[in-house]
Amino acid sequence: MAFLSYLISGLGLGSVYAIIALGYSMVYGIAKMLNFAHGDIIMVGAYVAFYMLSSFGMPVIPAVLVSIVVCLVLGVAIEKLAYKPLRQASSLSVLITAIGVSYFLQNGALLLWGADTKIFPNALPQGSLDIGGLSVSYLSMITIAVNIIIMILLTLFINKTKTGRAMRACSEDKGAATLMGINVNRIISITFAIGSGLAAIAAVLLVSSYPSVYPTLGSMPGIKAFTAAVFGGIGSIPGAFLGGLLLGIIEIFARAYISTQLSDAIVFAVLIVVLLIKPTGLLGKKINEKV
Amino acid sequence: MNYKSFMKGGMAALMAMSLAACSSSTGTTTTTSSSSAAAGGTIKIGSSGPLTGDAAVYGKAVANAAALAVEEINAQGGQQYEFKAEDDQADAEKAVTAYNNLVDWGMQVSLGTVTSGAGQAVSPLYKEDGIFALTPSASSTGVIFKDMADSSTAYGNVFQMCFTDPNQGSASATYLSTHTNLGTKIGVIYRSDDNYSTGINTTFTAKAKELGLDIVSSQTFQNGATDFSVQVKQLAAAGADVIFMPIYYQPATLILQEAKKQGVKATFFGCDGMDGILSQDGFDATLAEGLYMLTPFSADSTDTKTAAFVKAYKAKYNETPNQFAADAYDAIYAIAQGVKAGSVTSSMKAKEITDVLVKQFTSMTFNGVTGSNVTWKATGEVSKDPRAIVVKSGAYVSAE
Repeated sequence: MAFLSYLISGLGLGSVYAIIALGYSMVYGIAKMLNFAHGDIIMVGAYVAFYMLSSFGMPVIPAVLVSIVVCLVLGVAIEKLAYKPLRQASSLSVLITAIGVSYFLQNGALLLWGADTKIFPNALPQGSLDIGGLSVSYLSMITIAVNIIIMILLTLFINKTKTGRAMRACSEDKGAATLMGINVNRIISITFAIGSGLAAIAAVLLVSSYPSVYPTLGSMPGIKAFTAAVFGGIGSIPGAFLGGLLLGIIEIFARAYISTQLSDAIVFAVLIVVLLIKPTGLLGKKINEKV
Repeated sequence: MNYKSFMKGGMAALMAMSLAACSSSTGTTTTTSSSSAAAGGTIKIGSSGPLTGDAAVYGKAVANAAALAVEEINAQGGQQYEFKAEDDQADAEKAVTAYNNLVDWGMQVSLGTVTSGAGQAVSPLYKEDGIFALTPSASSTGVIFKDMADSSTAYGNVFQMCFTDPNQGSASATYLSTHTNLGTKIGVIYRSDDNYSTGINTTFTAKAKELGLDIVSSQTFQNGATDFSVQVKQLAAAGADVIFMPIYYQPATLILQEAKKQGVKATFFGCDGMDGILSQDGFDATLAEGLYMLTPFSADSTDTKTAAFVKAYKAKYNETPNQFAADAYDAIYAIAQGVKAGSVTSSMKAKEITDVLVKQFTSMTFNGVTGSNVTWKATGEVSKDPRAIVVKSGAYVSAE
């Protein structure tokens, strides 16, 4: 009985990681870069949603839409200002720049909105469903549902639309894509826009489950979700979903059955073990270098 | 003049200007004496605390209350004081920088740091420079002892207005043993990677064992944790009816939320880190209904000193003072009392002032808003009775 209720907690936590991991995976899959500032775009999304809901008294859907728009613009701006100039540079430079952007956003948030923790209002249904003694929270169900819908929409978009095809082309070979007449800059901007829009949705779900809003709120979930994305196979969308859920479950079980002190360490240790056995992650594809 | 040499000259000028700008410190507030009397001069009191960052609630409270106290004391005539608060973001390295800035400013007496982590980094500097420090809230024993577990290594010139963490832990255990109406099956949840939290937990557990209290479950979490479902579930499964949380209010909020979600009915009991929970923007006060806090200060207390302080603080800063503000207010008044009794003058150097103040503090009795008959040991530890407050209808109320 306790086992099942831990499993449900794990799925709830994991679904939040999954939706953040989707953003990481998507951006890496197409633009081949790890946007470490993703967690902090989530933080900005959370603040925007907080102010829309509490200061402006907007209903949930418009508040989320405003948050998506702000994050979208922010994501594209970051891409144009910080990542685009480094397209030809080594990936290490881009990584370091991403970390720099992350600090910039955290400190910017600190200056703009202050250090005091804000509590996110209960905009989404807070109760839970009782199934034979087990309680499943509505939030977890909503988060998983949103995850699945986004996964389906993304997969359809990437496989069935012209822009999606262009994105796949860019991910395979930017040079060849340019030769085919694809505007690579536009495609990468669209990728970041979608990734950041997803961040806003992830933000609202994250702070609905764990209502503290503060400037560094994106950092731990960001790292864990990044781990989940790598665990599930970076670049793979179903991989991000699977990785997120599994990571949430592993974290909860480790905390419950092994040790509350070591749960984080165990989560990261699992990542190491998986990567040793299957370096491309659970659902990652092995990329053969054609010589 | 060609482009290259213009650029060289321009860069040199820019660098010179930025060097000049660097020398002024950022994030400081200064209160100067209001009297224009040139005779006597002012005694400079400096403090460092988190004016920005996670613990900014505490840093700002201390800076505000100290400024208020200095203003009141200056208005009474007599020895005038100047006060300056530097921002250390509760970080050890930044606290050292803040200390150096204050020394450059000419600090003669220190109000210490607000947080323990920062305090531990700066205490050796107080010792080296012979500056007397009275911290309102840095409660770790590592702030007053060189080896935090050994009171014989006490610096001797660093004093605390607040209980040491160990004393908070044992005072909490004592309180729970004399107030069994709160609960008899004790659950504990603490942050295992935090000096403050583990320090209190250690002495709490030891004292509880001594008093024969029943601790049914002990849970931990680390920095950045957001999901407490496992810890709360295990506390509930063990049957805890009073849950001791020697942690800060941010994780406490998430724990209370999780407890509500799981329908856990227990009394929650915190220490000074719980203070500030009600002032979070958007916080639903019903979540903290019935929350107990071990604290020596209660803003609604009817004693005249407390009421006057609360009124003055509200008038100046438009909010109710918390315990950190009260400790800082008392600390300034205690320093002023020591200065007056020891006939300290502004022309005395820091080391001389320290000798006088140490003698005063180890022999005087102080009455303030955070306690009556407050005395200090030579180790710098304070002695006063623990009191508790409880949250009722969104306000802190004395629990006695």
